[in-house]
Amino acid sequence: MADDNSSGFFGRSLPRVEDDQLLRGQGCFIDDLDIPNVVDIAFVRSPYAHARILSIDVTAAQTMPGVVAVYDGASVADRIKPLTNSEELRVPEGIAALNPVVKIQPAPILAVDEVNYVGQPIAMVVAETRYLAEDALEVIDIEYETLPAVLDMEAALEPDAPLALEGEVDNIGVHVRHGIGDVAAGIADAAAVVDEIFATQRYVAAPIETRGMVAQNDPFTGGLMVWSTTQTPHRVRDHVAESIGLSVDDVRVQSVDVGGGFGQKGILVVEELLVPFAAHDLDRAVRWIADRHENLTADAHAREQIHHITLAADADGHLLAVKDRIMVNLGCRNMVGLVVPYNSLCHLIGPYKVHNVDLEATGVITNTMFTSPYRGAGRPEATFAMERAMDRLAAKLGMEPTELRKRNLIQPDEMPYRTGLLDRRGLPQEFDSGDYPEMLSKAVDMIGLSQFRQEQKLARQEGQHLGIGFALYLEMTGLGPFEGARVEVMPSGRVRLYTGAPSQGQGHRTVFAQLLADALGVNPTDIDVVAGDTASIPYGVGTIASRALVTAGNAINQAGGLLKQRILSHAAEFLEAEVSDMQLEGSRISVKGTPAVGLSLAELIRTVPKLVGGSGSDGLSETSYFQPPNYATASGLHAAIIEVDPSTGRLDIRDYVVVHEAGKIVNPIIADAQVIGGVGQGIGGALSEHMRYDDQGQPITSTFMDYLLPVSSMVPDIRLGEIVCPSPTNQLGVKGLGEGGAVGPPAALANAVEDALRPFNIIVRSGPLSPSRIRDLVRDSNHS
Amino acid sequence: MSSRGGEGPIHPATPPLSEPSAWHDISLTVNDEQVSAQVESRLLLSDFLRHRLRLTGTHVGCEQGSCGACSVLLDGVVVRSCLALAVQANGRNLRTVEGLAGPDDPLTALQQAFHEQHGMQCGFCTPGFLMSLAGLAEDGGTPSSDEIDEHLTGNFCRCTGYVNIRKAARQAFGLPDPEEPSDG
Repeated sequence: MADDNSSGFFGRSLPRVEDDQLLRGQGCFIDDLDIPNVVDIAFVRSPYAHARILSIDVTAAQTMPGVVAVYDGASVADRIKPLTNSEELRVPEGIAALNPVVKIQPAPILAVDEVNYVGQPIAMVVAETRYLAEDALEVIDIEYETLPAVLDMEAALEPDAPLALEGEVDNIGVHVRHGIGDVAAGIADAAAVVDEIFATQRYVAAPIETRGMVAQNDPFTGGLMVWSTTQTPHRVRDHVAESIGLSVDDVRVQSVDVGGGFGQKGILVVEELLVPFAAHDLDRAVRWIADRHENLTADAHAREQIHHITLAADADGHLLAVKDRIMVNLGCRNMVGLVVPYNSLCHLIGPYKVHNVDLEATGVITNTMFTSPYRGAGRPEATFAMERAMDRLAAKLGMEPTELRKRNLIQPDEMPYRTGLLDRRGLPQEFDSGDYPEMLSKAVDMIGLSQFRQEQKLARQEGQHLGIGFALYLEMTGLGPFEGARVEVMPSGRVRLYTGAPSQGQGHRTVFAQLLADALGVNPTDIDVVAGDTASIPYGVGTIASRALVTAGNAINQAGGLLKQRILSHAAEFLEAEVSDMQLEGSRISVKGTPAVGLSLAELIRTVPKLVGGSGSDGLSETSYFQPPNYATASGLHAAIIEVDPSTGRLDIRDYVVVHEAGKIVNPIIADAQVIGGVGQGIGGALSEHMRYDDQGQPITSTFMDYLLPVSSMVPDIRLGEIVCPSPTNQLGVKGLGEGGAVGPPAALANAVEDALRPFNIIVRSGPLSPSRIRDLVRDSNHS
Repeated sequence: MSSRGGEGPIHPATPPLSEPSAWHDISLTVNDEQVSAQVESRLLLSDFLRHRLRLTGTHVGCEQGSCGACSVLLDGVVVRSCLALAVQANGRNLRTVEGLAGPDDPLTALQQAFHEQHGMQCGFCTPGFLMSLAGLAEDGGTPSSDEIDEHLTGNFCRCTGYVNIRKAARQAFGLPDPEEPSDG
């Protein structure tokens, strides 16, 4: 059990069982599947940001060598239902009371008469190889009449703006406003007010493996077998069945080895309905692997937000009011509803106490690729705005930024803390646990703030520009509504664990086995984990939103406890002993005090069919679902020391400290690596990543030569500190930490740059802080 | 897809339809085995390895020569197999990640270092890093920590933030980890 750490596997850095195969090149990623006679798919995609389709002629393509089939919008319109991400677009009751706007704008499977972003699928070619499919794309003839495109969020909200999506009345996809107290009064009473604009640029999650899918008809059921890179296999199953008219029982989605997800593979795209459809329609095995160009231009984008934020404080720095007008670029359609805008809204204030709050989020429709959650899902953007504003406020008050933060923190003895706002479920937002003052003091110590200030002063005299930046955030993790686990003893005596939360690199096979081993009394090496096969457990949600450990982990713990009871009672019956006298250790059941009397799990499972007889019992198998009663709120504080060369714009990270709090840690080496990996992505966004369009709506960062992922030299060795506040929301006391690392770097590094360039009086309002951006800031400064 | 006639070279089956106008016969050595095959002019080396030879450990991350996931050794030199054509490998000696440790052999020191330092998460980019560092090892001698760091900038990893990859690389080349205090 979780509390029995001394002898258990919880809390130990067990080496990953995933590694051996992967290191030998023997993993099985989606494009590694060897399906005989599989045919490949390629898509014709819109070259215009906004246009009317006048005609589509696919006849020439149909006769190209190796072409099996060509589909266009007209040929699939009556056969596949348009895509609506119903789970994401649902408005919880409590939120509905805020009268939000959440427009339902189903995505056409293939465009019929309008395209509204570059990259929108128009036709699908199925051919013997991807090479031949791409050949055939060249001869598909499409006539367009271009329409005005709107790309900029502010412009899209102008009253006379062209419509990004025809048939709508405006370019607003989502709107919600929520607050507490009296912001005007708070501002009126303030000694200092900061009123600023902070923006986060558009990112692409861009896992090194792109999205892909393989599907073929199941010869027995007439249904479909689908292999997918998805983070949410059960959702894919439900959508595929619903959209192409199959019973959900007859669609099986199995996640394979997946090469990173980060949210991009957590949201459905129309291609994921088209591939199974084609397999079913053609009765052929069909494969689609996005190429990198498709991944960067025509798979989900993320982040782009503008915050008009106002902070008001008294002379001592106590926050009196926070107001924010948030704009979120949703892209071509409202695909994920309130998820990102409301996440930004309800995480904006972070760990601070504020009693007058007015927050408004508007999701704007533009002629760009749609945006969806990417690691942090609205939190990095909110943290950038809030933590930048806190630094501006500190500067205004002449206060050390950490001191300003310290004066506003929620205290540990105020936990559980209710903010007065509603959380994403529409219930009162309650932080379950945390120790923000301890986190702050630990980070200040680790980074050596006071020593740094002296060093900074001396360096400035030498013409060297050093800066320090902090970013503090929290994250409500463990999103519901549930996740499940089924555990069973196999004929060999090994134990198999099934769950709906697959891994995209997080090491579930290792960590989940650790949890089950403790709950059950077997060794992790005697457990096999199958995650993300819909045939193995009827319901699941998936691995998104820092939820897998909290939700699946606790379901595993519960199921393990139930299975242990079942094993012990079967063994007691077989051995004609009392259940209370039985024990299970190392896959062997024995009578306490008489270890010689007992049997192995393999022996027990063989007796089960005879013992159970007509009782109707289910052998040695248990299923349990965990529904989190509240979010488990994790938190983190990033502190960076940098050096900036104002003459070249070069930025060097000299030290980077992260203090994180994510409840009890199951496997420290894996947990630390999750945090550091998140920091790496955050640094990429802070310094180099920027998905850009030109003024015609053409994506201009469509390769890795233009969309600049961080490389090894950009990410320093990160120093980690840890605080543990076990979550009272679940028996294991765990919290999610998958996203957290990515939340802090943009704010921490921007704060550090502004601190370094204090003599230039610059304000960093947006990223990425590339050398040329830093040069622009210096050039445009008042300093001369 | 591969078929083998007795002790002779590996002959992957030629697919029925690809680019019938321009077949080329190539012969090469892949992981110490002789291979001869018919390939189209435009067939990428990465696709030849993955789809014809079923050596799927070489991963394709961008097909633009940027990410390094498809790195292999061609006559001991690191190349991106997505930027090479299969015909360019004619007569050459190729090594892929499958050629590092035999199926029944223990992991090489380099592979073991990635495991021990947790220098991998999803594992998709990992073969590229391994082959890139194997290429550095082929250069002979012990590279400095800076040379290793410089070399690692040629490969993208989206999961790890690189910190543990650097640790793994230093361990593999017998260099101390600057983060860890030395025994002396």
